[in-house]
Amino acid sequence: MSKERNREVREPLIHLTRRSSMKPLQAWGIRILAVLLGLLICGIAAFLLVDKLQKNPERIGEFYYTFIRGSFGTPRKAWKFFKDLAILLSIALALTPAFRMRFWNTGAEGQTLMGVLGAISVAFYWGGKIPEWLLLVLMFASSLLCGAVWGVIPALFKAKWNTNETLFTLMMNYVASYIVAYFLVIWVPSGSSNLGKLKYGKLPSFGHDYLVIILVTLLLTAALHIYLNYSKHGYEINVVGESVRTARYVGIGVGKVIVRTMILSGALCGLAGYMIAAGLDQTITTESVGGQGFTAIMVCWLAKFNPIGMILTSGLVTLLDHGAAQISQDFSVAADFPDVVVGIILFFIIGSEFFINYQLHFRGHGKEESVK
Amino acid sequence: MEKKLALQMRGITKRFGSVVANNHVDLDVYQGEILAILGENGCGKTTLMNMLAGIYFPDEGEILINGKEVVISSPKDAFDYRIGMIHQHFKLVDLFTAAQNIILGMEEQGRYNLKEVNTRVSGIAAKYGFHLDPQKKVYEMSVSEKQTVEIIKVLYRGADTLILDEPTAVLTPQEIDRLFAVLKKMKEDGKSVIIITHKLNEVLEVSDRVAILRRGEHIATVNTCETNEAQLTEMMVGKKVELTIRRPDPVDPTPRLFVRNLNLYDEEHVQVLKNISFTANGGEILGIAGIAGSGQRELLESISGLQQLESGEIIFKNPKKDRPVTFFHKSMKKVQELGKEHAFHDGNGREISFEGMRRSEIRKLVESGKVLFREDETINLRDRTPLEIRQLGVHLSFVPEDRLGMGLVGSMDLTDNMMLRSYRKGTAGFLDRGKPKALAEQIIEELQIVTPGVSTPVRTLSGGNVQKVLVGREIAYAPKVLMAAYPVRGLDINSSYTIYDLLNQQKESGVAVIFVGEDLDVLLALCDRILVLNGGAVTGIVDARTATKEEIGLLMTRTESREGGEARE
Repeated sequence: MSKERNREVREPLIHLTRRSSMKPLQAWGIRILAVLLGLLICGIAAFLLVDKLQKNPERIGEFYYTFIRGSFGTPRKAWKFFKDLAILLSIALALTPAFRMRFWNTGAEGQTLMGVLGAISVAFYWGGKIPEWLLLVLMFASSLLCGAVWGVIPALFKAKWNTNETLFTLMMNYVASYIVAYFLVIWVPSGSSNLGKLKYGKLPSFGHDYLVIILVTLLLTAALHIYLNYSKHGYEINVVGESVRTARYVGIGVGKVIVRTMILSGALCGLAGYMIAAGLDQTITTESVGGQGFTAIMVCWLAKFNPIGMILTSGLVTLLDHGAAQISQDFSVAADFPDVVVGIILFFIIGSEFFINYQLHFRGHGKEESVK
Repeated sequence: MEKKLALQMRGITKRFGSVVANNHVDLDVYQGEILAILGENGCGKTTLMNMLAGIYFPDEGEILINGKEVVISSPKDAFDYRIGMIHQHFKLVDLFTAAQNIILGMEEQGRYNLKEVNTRVSGIAAKYGFHLDPQKKVYEMSVSEKQTVEIIKVLYRGADTLILDEPTAVLTPQEIDRLFAVLKKMKEDGKSVIIITHKLNEVLEVSDRVAILRRGEHIATVNTCETNEAQLTEMMVGKKVELTIRRPDPVDPTPRLFVRNLNLYDEEHVQVLKNISFTANGGEILGIAGIAGSGQRELLESISGLQQLESGEIIFKNPKKDRPVTFFHKSMKKVQELGKEHAFHDGNGREISFEGMRRSEIRKLVESGKVLFREDETINLRDRTPLEIRQLGVHLSFVPEDRLGMGLVGSMDLTDNMMLRSYRKGTAGFLDRGKPKALAEQIIEELQIVTPGVSTPVRTLSGGNVQKVLVGREIAYAPKVLMAAYPVRGLDINSSYTIYDLLNQQKESGVAVIFVGEDLDVLLALCDRILVLNGGAVTGIVDARTATKEEIGLLMTRTESREGGEARE
């Protein structure tokens, strides 16, 4: 009907309309399409940046295969994949209650690091002096306590004076990092800040060193899923997150819920720290958490704060990470190339959300024309 | 009179996702006429006009101005075609004067000369009969003055077509009369005025022609002089509607809620409630009228425990109840004092007298719990949180004006929203969704809520259904006091009447209903008494059966016209 429309007049090239809703299946289709598109662009980037590929273009298939090989090439790699997934997932799970409450806890890095410190300091001072099982229990309690304290401080300020939690929790990361540096100076007289592996305080291994961590994380996922969806606390968290005014209206003590939830969030970060300390490292550096506290934020967001979905998103992020590392090794490219790959793919995944929420209409096209 | 076509819309369609807001709408606007766009809330009136104003862009169809097809893709385009829209929510800079706001965003040639602008603004005001001081700052203005600024802003830019979106919603009856006089002057000046409304009496009073929209479709355009309320309603709703609101006589009105000398300050230490006192009776609907923002929200929130009062009392009174004489009155002296005020009885209608009885006998009798007395239960709600009020057993229900932001949680489904008030029940740490689900199903059935099921997020329901969910939940609590703030705002006629019926049912079952409304016609038809708020103070409580709209309108603005009289007169 717009055939003889006056072309001289300006008509917007593209205009956006919000989609009312999209079927979950269709939405997942778009997300998968986005990942595939991202991988394609990665391939193009690889051609431009990787010398070996420019010389042997037929190795492009191998390029993609390397992604998978990085995570599952050998049983050892597979175990490592699941271990890394578990640690990342457990931190993301710790963030979930806070994020559901719209409390933007960017301090998981610091809270987890404090958890590591809590465990290691108990092992450092009491290791060998008390039975190993008691030591492990004390380390566990100490980790949870340290994480919880680190989490609850910004919550108290938020509840009392409505401070901005994003900045506050972020700054607490640096404080945590310097506290660890301080203790390393005290504990390592040589001044090298290299504590070395402690002899005591190691979680027993059932079958495989990583098995305990993986099982605990799986249990934690289920527990958190139930807590958030079927408990009164979880319900209160959701109400507070959705509308503070509704919460007040029905008599929920908003400050109380914020503090309680951040104690939980911090303690769960502490638990992740305990797993790192007692299950893996048995030592501490300022980099013990290695930025996973920040990666977890993304894992949590990508899964839309759904604990079960986080298994997938943390798996994806770990897969990309390992695959890209393998590529830089096999194709001998600069160590920064994996970051480029991960960045491109995440960009596409996050960008796909836009197309799930909005629809584009192009100039001159009829009503049904739209792009995904 | 020969009429010239000013503007045409042909086959305009606009979709939002799967929702069709306008479906092939045709509309003609002539020069020198007042055209009313009539339709229920959500029928696409505002969307249609937003396409003329350049806010939205039509998916299909064309717009012709003076016979030529044009494309309006931004508000600036609209101004270039001399179309100006006055939105429901004013967009003014509070710290600027009227004149500064009027020229804001205009790219005029020459020097910035505020004096000249002031003169021109005054000139426009005088021409159409507005009262406006161009040098008054916006934050000092009343709602009606702000609206005047918005209208002059559009006229100053030389608009020939003016679109007013629900301009009367925020005005008092007197202000509405003044506005209509101005609109008529504009019409005589040859301008086209389009007024969006859902109020029939206004349509009949001011317009020349009426275009009726229903569910995004253009039903008809008729000449106002050839139609009447019944016909318009039928076209608007699609079927015949009984337009009178039922008002049963109050049933045994007994005082239920005493509000005494309430004073409240907001966060900026501005007094928002000034010495408010009134009594709400059970079996009666008490209306609260006032210009928007006169303290209605604060008053209801104070009663429901959401505000920190400066001073005052809120006393909830349960009618006479049998209570045993027990430990409370353990000392013999106290029991005897009580006996002087209230007659003791044994619960079977026989009076008990302690005369001639020995102390030990009296004690034995009292401790057996068989001595009863009747007493009004009074509970002070002052400084109680909403949770404490509930725990005291005070059945107080509150339907707040912000339904999805306060009364409900938009992203949660019906079941979870039913739980909001009751989820704490039971000792276990886990939720029991069984009863809330049953309640949701019952409310869907009884109030005929249109929803795919109980697990649909309430945000996706239409305004009327959202409100039914909220009111249904609050009524399910068997309230003794039911407060409802603007419960029919944004609802279609049928849903509105459902809500009126529900309020009347509550009134008939002895509930003290407090109804905050904005439509004076509705308040006068539904309520038994009307309390008028003005700037946070009560300026009068009138009998709704005898009061007139003008009387209430005066009460709504009384102090204001005293203080700000100079600017007006």
